[in-house]
Amino acid sequence: MEIRRDVFQAIADPTRRGILASLINKPKNLNAIAEQFDMTRQAVSLHVKVLTECGVISIQQEGRERYCYVEAKKLAEVDDWLEPFRKLWEQRFTQLDDLLHRMKEDETPIPD
Amino acid sequence: MTETKYTTDHANKQLHVERLFHAPVALVWRAWTEPTLLDQWWAPKPWKTETQSMDFRVGGSWRYCMCGPAGERHHCKADFMAIDKEVSYKLQDVFCDENGIANPDFPSVISTIHFHIQGNQTLVKVLATYPSAEALDQIIAMGFKEGFAMAHENLDALLKELI
Repeated sequence: MEIRRDVFQAIADPTRRGILASLINKPKNLNAIAEQFDMTRQAVSLHVKVLTECGVISIQQEGRERYCYVEAKKLAEVDDWLEPFRKLWEQRFTQLDDLLHRMKEDETPIPD
Repeated sequence: MTETKYTTDHANKQLHVERLFHAPVALVWRAWTEPTLLDQWWAPKPWKTETQSMDFRVGGSWRYCMCGPAGERHHCKADFMAIDKEVSYKLQDVFCDENGIANPDFPSVISTIHFHIQGNQTLVKVLATYPSAEALDQIIAMGFKEGFAMAHENLDALLKELI
């Protein structure tokens, strides 16, 4: 099976969502990221690798440290993430259409 | 078929929703502001909205519950910040406990609902503003807006479907 590397893959895992969320506020090095999770540094490192391959974070060398940055542009490919939001509103609006239809029928027509 | 327009505006931390309704503004306004009417459409089926109290005036609140098919109950509160009858109203939306105390785990959203008369139809524009770009990202990254807990519960299953 082909391995997908895109924003959906990036956010498919709760740990990866957690890593992303923690980097939105400020860039962190791998140790700082690993400290937040109850798992081995290797496991966290693997998630960071996936996030890098998905293009949603980048790693920059600063002195002796390597810092992980969120790639805002890639994260901005969020339109498709709105799908559940769209579904919610579509269903709401369909229900509202029905209600408005009933309300119109209930109104006494104004004579000409 | 009436189409809904969705746009995200990261710079202004906003989500926009726009939709035309085939009814005059007076009816559409009532449907968006009267609790017995809101209860009939606000929650997507099979969820139900149950209004606990409604005080539709500036400084007042709409307290309601989103009730799920498995007995879930999520309490919500909307505080009205501005009202211009049949033109627009502004509210702050939060998840809260049954006593109306806001849940700090979910960002609050400030929404303005605009009603534009188009002959016998009404164009409704919803502008939802998040407290920070992070909050907007959080909501979008979670795959749902307004912190709808029901969507949240289904998120992992949904993400699996997407892959």
